[in-house]
Amino acid sequence: MPWDRNQMAARAAEELEDGMYVNLGIGIPTLVANYVGDKDITLQSENGMLGMGPFPYEGDEDPDLINAGKQTITELARTAYFDSATSFAMIRGGKIAAAILGAMEVDEKGDLANWMIPGKLVKGMGGAMDLVAGVGRVVVVMDHTNKHGESKVLKECTLPLTGKGVVDRIITNLGVLDVVEGGLRIVELADGVTEAEMRAATEATLVD
Amino acid sequence: MKKVYANATEALDGLLRDGMLIAAGGFGLCGIPELLLQAIKDSGAKDLTFASNNAGVDDFGIGILLQTKQVKKMISSYVGENAEFMRQYLSGELELEFNPQGTLAERMRAGGAGIPGFYTKTGVGTVIADGKEHKDFNGETYILEEGIFADLSIIKAWKADDTGNLVFRKTARNFNVPAATCGKICIAEVEEIVPRGELDPDCIHLPGIYVHRIIQGEHEKRIEQRTTRKREEA
Repeated sequence: MPWDRNQMAARAAEELEDGMYVNLGIGIPTLVANYVGDKDITLQSENGMLGMGPFPYEGDEDPDLINAGKQTITELARTAYFDSATSFAMIRGGKIAAAILGAMEVDEKGDLANWMIPGKLVKGMGGAMDLVAGVGRVVVVMDHTNKHGESKVLKECTLPLTGKGVVDRIITNLGVLDVVEGGLRIVELADGVTEAEMRAATEATLVD
Repeated sequence: MKKVYANATEALDGLLRDGMLIAAGGFGLCGIPELLLQAIKDSGAKDLTFASNNAGVDDFGIGILLQTKQVKKMISSYVGENAEFMRQYLSGELELEFNPQGTLAERMRAGGAGIPGFYTKTGVGTVIADGKEHKDFNGETYILEEGIFADLSIIKAWKADDTGNLVFRKTARNFNVPAATCGKICIAEVEEIVPRGELDPDCIHLPGIYVHRIIQGEHEKRIEQRTTRKREEA
């Protein structure tokens, strides 16, 4: 069985080490926070906060306290607030250890596309271009194929890029891949997924 | 020094003109200068360019100026939750200059600090880098981005004193600080103007030198995505 969203998030949480400052993107990456366990992780929200807490209890929502996905959240005892220029200074300056982000496409050179589909969907890059350019390690979490069954793990991205050669590791519903010299290397297969299934769903070059 | 004005319309008096560049604070609907935006709508000023991370939603924030076609161009990083914005952009009615969020914040900060340009790694190898100067430092490629020098800045803070010293609340600080600094004139709308001496000088987020006009008003402070968790049963 391929991993579901929560299993992908749980696997992504294994990437995080005690003491890390981390930025989680919108979607499945947000769920990663539920699986960090006892590890001492400080979550950054790029609008201007370190030490992001969980969603508030009903009735406790504060319009002045939101995450980068514009969702209401809470603060923690360790929380610090700052302006967006300071926030991206710490991102660009390499102070954030890792970012876990969603993607529309990833390719074997570590290129990432996740901000627009020309003529169809314009969302904007938000902080994603700054994050992939600046943080220590970029982990992509996404479904291996799109809703038409086509691979999202490509030889070359077809959509406008968010960053070039920026991805370190890809976690999909089928398993874990690393970007290495010459292509992608299978690190791990989801329980019950065969290497043949992984290869069939991957357009990118797989190397040993 | 008289910085306090009665309302948003009076604070904007003599400052608005068609075709001007306005830097606006806020992220999503959080910490946006909602009273000043409404007054700009009422003024009828048009062909405006806004440097603002988002454009609000269809009926709140900069979105209300999109509905009346008062905006010619947006400099933004994200337009995802605004249907009218996307429609005007895809139909060619609205110019849109996408800036990565950190690049936009730094362009404002740089403009306010008298820095006309800076090099950044952000966007190298993407369409953002097209036509921009590339330069290598220590074996890594960077692109040149320019500071933003706005005609007017409009921001929202939590508290002010009458000299314009400002304090923000939680994540509502966001773009308000860099946006405030990059305009020739900055107007701040706040929830409360307190007497001099009441704000701790060690805890001023933006010194009054950057703030030229201040208004106090009632804010709706709309929530864009209300997310909650269930209280555990006792």
